[in-house]
Amino acid sequence: MSFEPKNPVVKWVEHRLPIIGMMHHALYDYPTPKNLSYWWTFGSLAGFMLVVQIVTGIVLSMHYTAHVDLAFNSVEHIMRDVNYGWLLRYMHANGASMFFIVVYLHMFRGLYYGSYKAPRELLWWLGLVIFLLMMATAFMGYVLPWGQMSFWGATVITNLFGAIPVVGEAIVTWLWGGFSVDNPTLNRFFSLHYLLPFVIAGVVILHIWALHHHGSNNPTGIEIKDKQDSIPFHPYYTIKDLFGMAIFLIFFSAFLFYAPNYLGHPDNYIPANPLVTPAHIVPEWYFLPFYAILRAVPDKLGGVLLMFGAIAVLFALPWLDKSRVRSARFRPIYKQLFWIFVIDCVILTYVGGKPAEEPFILIGRLATAYYFLHILVLLPLVGLFEKHKPLPASISEAVLDKKPAAEGASNA
Amino acid sequence: MTTTTPVEEDGVKRRDFLYVAAGGVGAVGTAMAIWPFVDQMNPSADVLALSTTEVDLSAIETGSEITAVWQGKPVFIRHRTAEEIKAAEDVDVATLPDPQADADRVQNPDWLIMLGVCTHLGCVPLKESGDFDGWFCPCHGSHYDTSGRIRKGPAPLNLKVPPYTFIDDGNVVKIG
Amino acid sequence: MLKMIKSISAAAVLSVMAITGANAAGGNIDYKSVDWQHTGMFGTYDRSAAQRGLQVYREVCAGCHALELVAFRTLQDLGFTEAEVKAIAAEYEYVDGPDDEGEMFTRAGKPFDKFPAPFANEKAARASNGGAYPPDLSLMVKARSGAENYVYSLLTGFEEAPEGFDLPEGMHYNEYFPGHKIAMAPPLFEDGVEYSDGTKASVDQMAKDVTVFLAWAAEPKLEQRKNMGLKVILFLLLMSGIFYAAKRKVWSDVH
Repeated sequence: MSFEPKNPVVKWVEHRLPIIGMMHHALYDYPTPKNLSYWWTFGSLAGFMLVVQIVTGIVLSMHYTAHVDLAFNSVEHIMRDVNYGWLLRYMHANGASMFFIVVYLHMFRGLYYGSYKAPRELLWWLGLVIFLLMMATAFMGYVLPWGQMSFWGATVITNLFGAIPVVGEAIVTWLWGGFSVDNPTLNRFFSLHYLLPFVIAGVVILHIWALHHHGSNNPTGIEIKDKQDSIPFHPYYTIKDLFGMAIFLIFFSAFLFYAPNYLGHPDNYIPANPLVTPAHIVPEWYFLPFYAILRAVPDKLGGVLLMFGAIAVLFALPWLDKSRVRSARFRPIYKQLFWIFVIDCVILTYVGGKPAEEPFILIGRLATAYYFLHILVLLPLVGLFEKHKPLPASISEAVLDKKPAAEGASNA
Repeated sequence: MTTTTPVEEDGVKRRDFLYVAAGGVGAVGTAMAIWPFVDQMNPSADVLALSTTEVDLSAIETGSEITAVWQGKPVFIRHRTAEEIKAAEDVDVATLPDPQADADRVQNPDWLIMLGVCTHLGCVPLKESGDFDGWFCPCHGSHYDTSGRIRKGPAPLNLKVPPYTFIDDGNVVKIG
Repeated sequence: MLKMIKSISAAAVLSVMAITGANAAGGNIDYKSVDWQHTGMFGTYDRSAAQRGLQVYREVCAGCHALELVAFRTLQDLGFTEAEVKAIAAEYEYVDGPDDEGEMFTRAGKPFDKFPAPFANEKAARASNGGAYPPDLSLMVKARSGAENYVYSLLTGFEEAPEGFDLPEGMHYNEYFPGHKIAMAPPLFEDGVEYSDGTKASVDQMAKDVTVFLAWAAEPKLEQRKNMGLKVILFLLLMSGIFYAAKRKVWSDVH
């Protein structure tokens, strides 16, 4: 279906810059597999959360002051005096958590259904780049309120770069702009925290472009073969995504209005004190699995390498997974390994928040070992030797097959 | 998209009502969500708390004046002498560039309270100077009289009188 | 759909457990539990308790503990009139200026002022308190994982040190302070404050009242937040229902 505008204004613009047609193609008649489940709503939710974070962030920065003597109180000024300031601050802080929840579910969907496999390797990579940028953005953003956790989290994580041989110390001094985390650090983190979300937005555009080039994956892992397999994005997935967003907003609102500090840490309501280290320095929950991996290795450089390695191996996923079948729906052994992997990630999250004592040290090491075992050993082996279930001939066939069983049940 | 044609009801197809409702609810929700983002730019509670200033008048002798600060701007508070009041009241209002009677500029003739901001381009005029025994703005040569009215020079309007009330038996003025 | 709900719920439960477990990194002290009026979905601050708590803060705590994030004008939230707020503010002195002679001068407090700190800076505070620093209380209720229950337990938790416990000179035993050694002497005594509303000022009462006051001081927008939350969630439930119906309608020809 090509775009044929009737409206004269639209025609005038389209002739000079075909942006409306491009949007139309992307959001209206984009042929989408007709069997997408609700696991496919997390992509649009992630895009929505990026917008929420950018908008709340911009209005917050109208009232925030990035100076070590003023930052903490400027945040309290927002909470107490700025009209709806409390709402905007809690929206931004909890929004960061929501953004990661949505993106983690989005990534696990990709792992389950083989969305990273050819020809979508670059799509997967762009997603990982977005994830890395999100982590950098969130890390710097958490420093801005200049609470105890802000300061000490910044100190610990920037100190990690000192593990790099030869140039490590120089790099840390360069990052700090001084001899410890202080005002120059805070100022540059504010600048970069404001910048990176727009870089993320740019990569998101590339991510969606890559997606649209070959089209979306679907729960069967089988590509669209003919028109019967697909439906236009609008109205089917626009309304479905809107419904998903409404439910998601309820979940978001539960935290925002009734437990706004649950996902945070009380120590960040104490102004930063360079002379007093908190009893337990803990990053925000979305960093915990990586924090656990970092601490699993007794060597500083080793821990740093393994922590970054945990994400680096994900880039190699399309080649590590030797299976010619995409979707775990038809891969009975991989399916079980996937859920064990999920549990392993939950364990890593839990351990990351615990003090560095037994039994958590041992559990953390085992969980870290299993993480790499899964990706580097089990995935290739299972891919090579697994006998998959018989694949349906097409998406339509899969949908039709489900229909009698689905009678009376809603679309999954 | 195939549909069974629904029964027309009052010209509105039944299935459309649901979509209209969905669109309407979505639009209402979006509008309600936008308000906090707009309102956050309005003055915050601490700024509003400074929107009134109270000034003690008891120490200001006749013939002298102080400059208070209200909403970040200078406010001239002058305890006028009988001569200054008479000079202000005797002026023929019709001859003024910005006609205004002295009685319309003061609540109590003894006290002249007005913004010390020249109505030309915003400089702070100097007291007890100029050709009219009032104020003179050195930036571009505007002359104000003993009622703070523009008499000569480029300023178009009289010095602005802010809202104020006398409290505490007239010993204190609350501006704003 | 059902499978979807089951897997998301399982993941959610596991994650919440992981995060809860992870957050409980602090000590395993069981605080005394009080059913605070302002907790829960429909909670509101007990204003008479908060007003009494302000009195306790001013008469007992303010000698050592600052409350520098709270402006006097916000006390109107607790039911004080504008005149009462002006009177409270005027009891304190603030340095202002310079005046027309270039000199700094002192003036009475105004509603827009914040509660003054009892010490000029941290070092002065430490010098007056045997090296210990009495923290600012503006956010205390949010700055401790036990929240209100922690503050209440601490204030009512001063006991005789148990046999054999090493309590250095100048420290006091407290059941609920991490490490059990706190530099602060028990601040509350029976009838230490004479409540203007006639309530009996037992230690327990004063502890509860000042905790409510400090909870408000840390989170003055709590009531607006919960109020808005209710309206937002009800609206979202309505919107979800309508969107779901529309979604089913749109998809009816695909199923």
